[in-house]
Amino acid sequence: MANKSSIGDVINEKDSTLRDKKYNDYVKQVTPKFSCFRNCINAFIVGGIICTIGQVFFNLFMNFGLGEETAAAYNIIVLILISIILTCLNIYPTLAKFGGAGTVVPITGFANGVVSPALEYKTEGQVFGIGCKLFIIAGPVILYGVFSAWVLGLIYWILKVLHWV
Amino acid sequence: MDYIKAFVVGGLICVGVQIFMDKTKLMPGRIMVGMVCLGALLGALGIYEPFAKWAGCGATVPLSGFGNSLFKGVKKAVDQEGFIGIFKGEFTAAAVGLSAAIIFAYIATWFAKPHMKK
Amino acid sequence: MAQSSKIYGKQSILFENPPYVLGCGSIAGKKEAEGPLGSYFDLTNDDPLFSKKTWEEAESELQRLACDMALKKAGLESKEIRYLFGGDLLGQLIATSFGIISLEIPMFGVYGACSTMGESLSLAAMAIDGGFAEKTMAVTSSHFAGAEKQFRFPLEYGSQRPYSTTWTVTGSGATILGKTKTKNALDIVVKGITTGKVVDYGVKDSMNMGACMAPAAADVIYANLKDLDRKPEYYDRIITGDLGVIGKEITIDILREKGYDITEQYMDCGIEIFNPEEQDTHSGGSGCGCSAITLNGYVMEMLRRKEWNRVLFIPTGALLSPTSYNEGHSVPGIAHGVILETV
Repeated sequence: MANKSSIGDVINEKDSTLRDKKYNDYVKQVTPKFSCFRNCINAFIVGGIICTIGQVFFNLFMNFGLGEETAAAYNIIVLILISIILTCLNIYPTLAKFGGAGTVVPITGFANGVVSPALEYKTEGQVFGIGCKLFIIAGPVILYGVFSAWVLGLIYWILKVLHWV
Repeated sequence: MDYIKAFVVGGLICVGVQIFMDKTKLMPGRIMVGMVCLGALLGALGIYEPFAKWAGCGATVPLSGFGNSLFKGVKKAVDQEGFIGIFKGEFTAAAVGLSAAIIFAYIATWFAKPHMKK
Repeated sequence: MAQSSKIYGKQSILFENPPYVLGCGSIAGKKEAEGPLGSYFDLTNDDPLFSKKTWEEAESELQRLACDMALKKAGLESKEIRYLFGGDLLGQLIATSFGIISLEIPMFGVYGACSTMGESLSLAAMAIDGGFAEKTMAVTSSHFAGAEKQFRFPLEYGSQRPYSTTWTVTGSGATILGKTKTKNALDIVVKGITTGKVVDYGVKDSMNMGACMAPAAADVIYANLKDLDRKPEYYDRIITGDLGVIGKEITIDILREKGYDITEQYMDCGIEIFNPEEQDTHSGGSGCGCSAITLNGYVMEMLRRKEWNRVLFIPTGALLSPTSYNEGHSVPGIAHGVILETV
């Protein structure tokens, strides 16, 4: 990773694989980095706030006398709704530019990933536009989430049949 | 206290992911997939649930919480219905979040349009 | 067959009868209008959709407006143009095909990614000096929203842009060339060209296009100086398309290593077009439109005023598609050099 390559090394390198590697090292050196520390602080604040908002709603629903699971479900619905409204108002992207992972990681990021292509591809029609493209970002999350849960569920079932759990 | 825990835990998870993103340059799409799978795995190992009990929304609002609830759903279905539960529980668990996201997103397309970035 | 006297070295041509620039048009979006070069563009519009329904239609409209503007400024009608060379970034060149239908000019669609302005201008000039046309036109465009939609994410998707990314310019530029001088013609000729090769140094980071394209740009500048046996001082400006701050450093670095110092003359359209601090554009502008409107707005004006007399214009393109990127390929670059001189 930390190989130092000058551009001279790159140009004078005859082997193209080595040259590419040296060039990539060189590019890494000359490309300035985002301040990772600043990003982290921003992600902490934005992500923290989103989770806290979730907690506020969750406690609210619990106070209504809902069970824990139902309260959690309503909580998710509210957060998704808020995220979609903020996306439609063009606020979520601005928030994301500032908050980075703070907006990607919470469930609101998932909702943003569903609604943003839906809006973008609206012009390409109800079926092939919205219908297909709705899932371009969320689709992989659903697929791999469901698949990994399925595999783990299968293991759980086997262990259960064997009376290991 | 709930709120402080949610803020700090949720924030720290995001910081961890931010560092990972900045170091690896992975696209957010891959990050989201990774979070959900990780959550499901930690759920299956019996780690995530106690953690979520303690941290509240700091653990359930991030996508890893979604992954955990996917496995929770499968586990519950397997406990109740046996083998068929492996095919059923994921979607029972994901139903509310998924439906809300795609239904609201679709309704949103009636009213909103993409904005030019500034 | 004896080598024609027009051909120099391996990649360059100096025209026998350098075609004149008869007219040029530049149309730009809001952000570009607010940038440092804003006052040089012929027409700007605050509406990113240019009164159309989709981003793609908007980009076509940009091209139509640019062609009309160039024709108007040249005092010509579209039927007087023999050939049109045009292209854009959208899949299968839809912005160009839909944009120029109404002009009814025989057309060659060209793709050089963001180097299209140089490629189309090269071909337009060759067609004239080769004796195949009296007047030709070169046009290209890009639209921020259309490019984001095709190459990156939906506009409303929240993501952080790394420092090395560039901002796709919304704009279109058209140039009309002619064999003989007309009343409205500018005192500028296309003296020659240096055609670039596809150059790949194995960079896979599509968020760092400058680094992908810099070797291609350096290659063309080097070939131009070598083929024509010139020193960088020959040119008042050596202008690359959209390398941005990082690509600029690399290009200068490569050429210095090869024995040419171009620091004095060097300029990059992507860096000039935006103010990175105020406009949050990170590494600079990019897209076909970036070099197209900078050329047809700013560079042509500087040549017209004779502030510069010899310019080497080298728009650069990154040859990737979402498919090639997803399949794990690197991002090769290409560049096309065009020599513009005042007469």
